[in-house]
Amino acid sequence: MTEDLVLPAPREAATDAPGEPLLEVAGLVKHFPVKGGFPIRRTVGQVQAVDGIDLTVHVGESFGLVGESGCGKSTTGRLITKLLEPTGGRIAYRGKDITHATRRQLAPIRSEIQMIFQDPYSSLNPRQTVGKIISGPMEINRIEPEGGREKRVRELLEIVGLNPEHYNRFPHEFSGGQRQRIGVARALSLDPKLIVADEPVSALDVSIQAQVVNLLQKVQQELGIAFLFIAHDLAVVRHFVVRHFSQRVAVMYLGKVIEVGDRDSIYTRPRHPYTHALLSAVPEVNVGAEDDEEVPQRERIRLAGDVPSPISPPSGCRFRTRCWKAEDKCAAEEPPLIQLSGNHAGHLTACHFPEEPTIEARDEDIVLDPALAALEEDADD
Amino acid sequence: MTTLTKEAGAPVPAGADAFLSVRDLHVSFRTEDGVVRAVDGLSFDLERGRTLGIVGESGSGKSVTNLTILGLHNPMFTTVEGEILLEGQELTTARESELEKLRGNKVAMIFQDPLTALSPYYTVGRQIAEPYMKHMRASKKAAWERAVEMLDKVGIPNPGQRAKDYPHQFSGGMRQRAMIAMALVCDPDLLIADEPTTALDVTVQAQILDLLKDLQQEFGSAIIFITHDLGVIADMADDIMVMYAGGAVERGTVHEVLRAPQHPYTWGLLNSMPRLDSDPHAPLAPIPGTPPSLLHPPSGCRFHPRCTFQDRVGGTRCVTEVPLLGPDRSSACHLTADQKRTIFEEEIRPRLR
Repeated sequence: MTEDLVLPAPREAATDAPGEPLLEVAGLVKHFPVKGGFPIRRTVGQVQAVDGIDLTVHVGESFGLVGESGCGKSTTGRLITKLLEPTGGRIAYRGKDITHATRRQLAPIRSEIQMIFQDPYSSLNPRQTVGKIISGPMEINRIEPEGGREKRVRELLEIVGLNPEHYNRFPHEFSGGQRQRIGVARALSLDPKLIVADEPVSALDVSIQAQVVNLLQKVQQELGIAFLFIAHDLAVVRHFVVRHFSQRVAVMYLGKVIEVGDRDSIYTRPRHPYTHALLSAVPEVNVGAEDDEEVPQRERIRLAGDVPSPISPPSGCRFRTRCWKAEDKCAAEEPPLIQLSGNHAGHLTACHFPEEPTIEARDEDIVLDPALAALEEDADD
Repeated sequence: MTTLTKEAGAPVPAGADAFLSVRDLHVSFRTEDGVVRAVDGLSFDLERGRTLGIVGESGSGKSVTNLTILGLHNPMFTTVEGEILLEGQELTTARESELEKLRGNKVAMIFQDPLTALSPYYTVGRQIAEPYMKHMRASKKAAWERAVEMLDKVGIPNPGQRAKDYPHQFSGGMRQRAMIAMALVCDPDLLIADEPTTALDVTVQAQILDLLKDLQQEFGSAIIFITHDLGVIADMADDIMVMYAGGAVERGTVHEVLRAPQHPYTWGLLNSMPRLDSDPHAPLAPIPGTPPSLLHPPSGCRFHPRCTFQDRVGGTRCVTEVPLLGPDRSSACHLTADQKRTIFEEEIRPRLR
């Protein structure tokens, strides 16, 4: 094979100036064909999983991507790692277009972009030992670290908080949290520059979740690796995306980014109605609040129904079918992702009729669900 | 009176006023590897119209407890000891035919995954009508009308038409609504909801939680709400029971437990849970280690291998002596009441605010 496959994988994170774009995605589209008909199966529709999203991840940055199931966040992750072939748009890594790169062209880049998967049970080969799993990427890329692969694997096990003596064990001997640590060690084995973490903690118990979030943060900060952190849990994303020069979060809905911006700006001054609804839906706990203490009330918004099908998404603004502010304009015209007046620089919102930038309780709750509204009316009478 | 409890193992008059009363329940499974003690000495009471929230991680015994109440465990491999009294009727020794009369009638259950809990073979309307026909001896037509009425009540648009659909034609949130309709069709006195919103998206979860709360007001059922999410519990429940490795470690009303939690495990849970209003720059403080295997549970306090406050108790009490859970508001821990209060006020609380 060619020379360029043998990457020395130098730890040169320091030479990369933070703030330089590492990954640029423009107008990314992924449509999955829907087959149907008999006896000849034809394409009868398209699942518009990702439909024109733009994002930039800078060197050493952690970027959060949140959304509900079916919004295309995982597909985005898989497109960026090139596990899926994009239907349209452009992906550039360090300025180099990799949208339709071949396997061979991708090989040197693959080692710099690694992925951590959601399910620690199905993402590790049950027939391989931990040592084999973690050294696998080095073998494929023919990397001989100083002191041998085994030494490097033992180092990695130590970094992720496992006992190096577990080298010869099999995945089934570990708990869910420990397996996820093995997945992290595997992702680190090639000294990547960017890690795409697709729901890395959602399969874990609460007490274990925090261990893995802290581990990923440590890895991120000490090794200077950029993270694309994909999750449905807003609180986890808020906690992960911190302590960096840049800490951005994007909210996705039905294949589109509907709001993106600085973390604090998104969580405390959201403008898109969907971001408001999402934040208000997170159950809150007031721990240790004194009896007489005034706890600021958050707004209460209850949407009706579920996310529409991505096979035939609504025209114009995709959120309009569940939005309480929707008007004719929303159906006719797709709102552009722009910076609204009064927002911080870099806080972009795609909405024709944005909300006030506050999440405090409103004069009246917004309850769109007819059954809920009816029951609550009965209770009031 | 709140959820009244007793010390594990101590004799107590059978819950005279309680609607559901579980007394010193032990459930163990025989497996190839040995005996798994899934529930070990659990007692609690539940009154009509109240909601008991059971929080715990996977393997803490919260689901097993509730499957045992309904007698849904496999009797071939399961040993059940202790008492489960529903309005004075003993359920652990009840015959299958007696339990059948209860299930779906007086006691109903909502499962976590509505797609696997609903039969793909029958229409949604028929599945909702079935328990009504069985328990109320209603005609097919009356039961169908009742099913449509229930679907309307839980917010399925166009219920007359949708009742003729199969579960796969429903979305996730609608399936869970159909499950709720099925559970409530016979107006049960006790509703057991086992992680009913875990498989749902957050905006749909909020709808379902509010719906359950409002329906409870209307139907007046008692609810046992099982979840791993303290946020959901805070929203839903009147009383909380925190479970760890097969036993309850802390209980009290929602207000009491969340205002001043007493057990190191509850502190650990709260500390490791990211919240929208906590300081994002304060690192999460996870509980070290992993939950124990119930094949070989630790001696003494089951939490002691992961507990960071063991040295404050002194001696080897945590390793040798099982801490008891007192009645009403209490926690099963060897720390003194003063220690619990000071540790929470000085070390835990500042981190949470």
